[in-house]
Amino acid sequence: MKKFELQHEVEQFLYRQAELLDTRRWQAWIDLFTADGIYWMPPDASYKTWDGQPAIFAEDKNLMNVRMGRVLHPDAWSQRPLWGTNHVVSNVSIRKTGKNGDLEVTSRFHMLEMRRDDIRHFAGSYLHVLKKSKQGYRIKLQRVDMTNAQAAYDYVLQVWV
Amino acid sequence: MLKERNADLSRMVEPDRVRKELYTDAEIFEQEMARIHETVWIYVGHESQVPKSGDYYTAQIGRQPMILVRGSDGRVNVLYNRCPHRGNMICGDMKGNTGEQFRCSYHAWTFHHDGKLKNIPMMESGYAGTRLHRNSPELCVKRAARVESYRGFVFASLAKDGPDLKTFLGQSIVAFDDMCDRAPEGEVEIVPNCFRVIQHSNWKLFMENQIDALHPSVTHQSTGRAAHEVEKQIAKKAKAGEALSYHMLSAFATVTIDKWDNFQTINYPYGHCVLTGYMGLRPQDPDTKAYDRIMIRKYGQKRFEEIVGVNIHHVLVYPGLSVQSPLQQLRAVRPLGVGRTLTEIWHFRLKGAPEAIYRRSLAYYNLVNSPATLINADDLENFWKCHQGLSTDGGDWVSFARHHGRDIEEKGVVSSGPNMGTSEAPMRNQMKAWAQYMAAR
Repeated sequence: MKKFELQHEVEQFLYRQAELLDTRRWQAWIDLFTADGIYWMPPDASYKTWDGQPAIFAEDKNLMNVRMGRVLHPDAWSQRPLWGTNHVVSNVSIRKTGKNGDLEVTSRFHMLEMRRDDIRHFAGSYLHVLKKSKQGYRIKLQRVDMTNAQAAYDYVLQVWV
Repeated sequence: MLKERNADLSRMVEPDRVRKELYTDAEIFEQEMARIHETVWIYVGHESQVPKSGDYYTAQIGRQPMILVRGSDGRVNVLYNRCPHRGNMICGDMKGNTGEQFRCSYHAWTFHHDGKLKNIPMMESGYAGTRLHRNSPELCVKRAARVESYRGFVFASLAKDGPDLKTFLGQSIVAFDDMCDRAPEGEVEIVPNCFRVIQHSNWKLFMENQIDALHPSVTHQSTGRAAHEVEKQIAKKAKAGEALSYHMLSAFATVTIDKWDNFQTINYPYGHCVLTGYMGLRPQDPDTKAYDRIMIRKYGQKRFEEIVGVNIHHVLVYPGLSVQSPLQQLRAVRPLGVGRTLTEIWHFRLKGAPEAIYRRSLAYYNLVNSPATLINADDLENFWKCHQGLSTDGGDWVSFARHHGRDIEEKGVVSSGPNMGTSEAPMRNQMKAWAQYMAAR
């Protein structure tokens, strides 16, 4: 029963993470991270660390704030067109449980992005390193491996996936 | 029809403006691929991409898919990615190691790294009495007409005649000298990751934008402002130098239009260009000082000052390469169609330099050039919008008149006037080269 509850709690957390992105509540999304939290999207699945290597995203909270500030700026030209995303998160699996309640969780996502008249699809896996805190889980690391990470990008990624 | 068009071409480029069709006409695109990209020296890759025998990378020259491969003799070859038998592509992957030979996946013809035929199944029984025999040249994978490399940067030309690489590069060769000289060992090494981004516009828009000193503070202000705000927050609590990676972003807002005018563009024959200016990349933090000490030990004080004093923001090697030598990165343009262009973005390590110096280059690579870029996103948006507008009947010309008539010309080198860094001289220079190439027979 306890295991079931934990699974449920983690799933709810991951759904909320995706929901905040899709509803563009950027500050609330950034607040999900620990003070030293990192959002990382490696260019290849073989990468072991974000540190000192090429990365599609490798952002601490400062850089997340830059990205948020930019997206909210009225003259972020590329953000002017009608734009939205839709995440579906699934296959949630708890890989490691620490003594202090910290977790390593993997899952799969599919994100549809609509921008102007174009639809793009992105899919891949999440690895979340979660810290247990009084306010609930906080993200120490969100690793995003896209299945098409090595492909040529038709236009770019504007916000977090 | 085509002849008529050629006559038209000469009327399409004026000193301070060009016809919109240069960016939208599919037939002009085919001609410029043939006469420019598939004729001049095009950057293929770096020697350190293929360190071992049999290592290969595929590349694009104009419309031609090519292979860069290290031979067992240590030499670097550039081949057409096409089996001479039935035209099958030889390398289907972007990169890899082909071992001692290329082997076609269709009928098992094999080739040496230099393209020469190695073997064909049933060579004797199947081909006796036919037009083909073991030494027929048409049984070899076609090689690029000319291949030359400068300080590890490999270029190929698909035309057998033309200036040699050094003559072609002229003074734009500073891009490679500046990058390599900044390495204590005088060499750079490629980081094996390529970001590839597609823009929905003609390739010329990319080349023009790279040295358009007026656009950053307009196009990129949202990121510049946001980075500046965060930078101020960090500065309140951080030690000096810590916010450098944000400085690269905030400079897009804090360096205002009038300040960009302090920079200068220097325009060379063949359409090449240097934009001077530095974005504050010679700070006095401990990492930089440690690097400086290594460089001084290696080169001596005088030569060191010369090396780090080279004042470059961007070098354009027309028609397909943009180099930021002080940040050890380059972008190679691969036109996909008249309204579709791929850029490959690579960066390099300075051999013998401390890790911290590499990380500075890496920060710029990730923030400005990754597929999640905070900068190029708005360029790509503008490129798309330009392509939309240029495809309409709302006007016939594209203007490059800014500071026209105020350029300073000396021995074929055209500089923007004093305090005219935002001059459209580089666009005029590129179009001059374009017209010369297109008129050549």
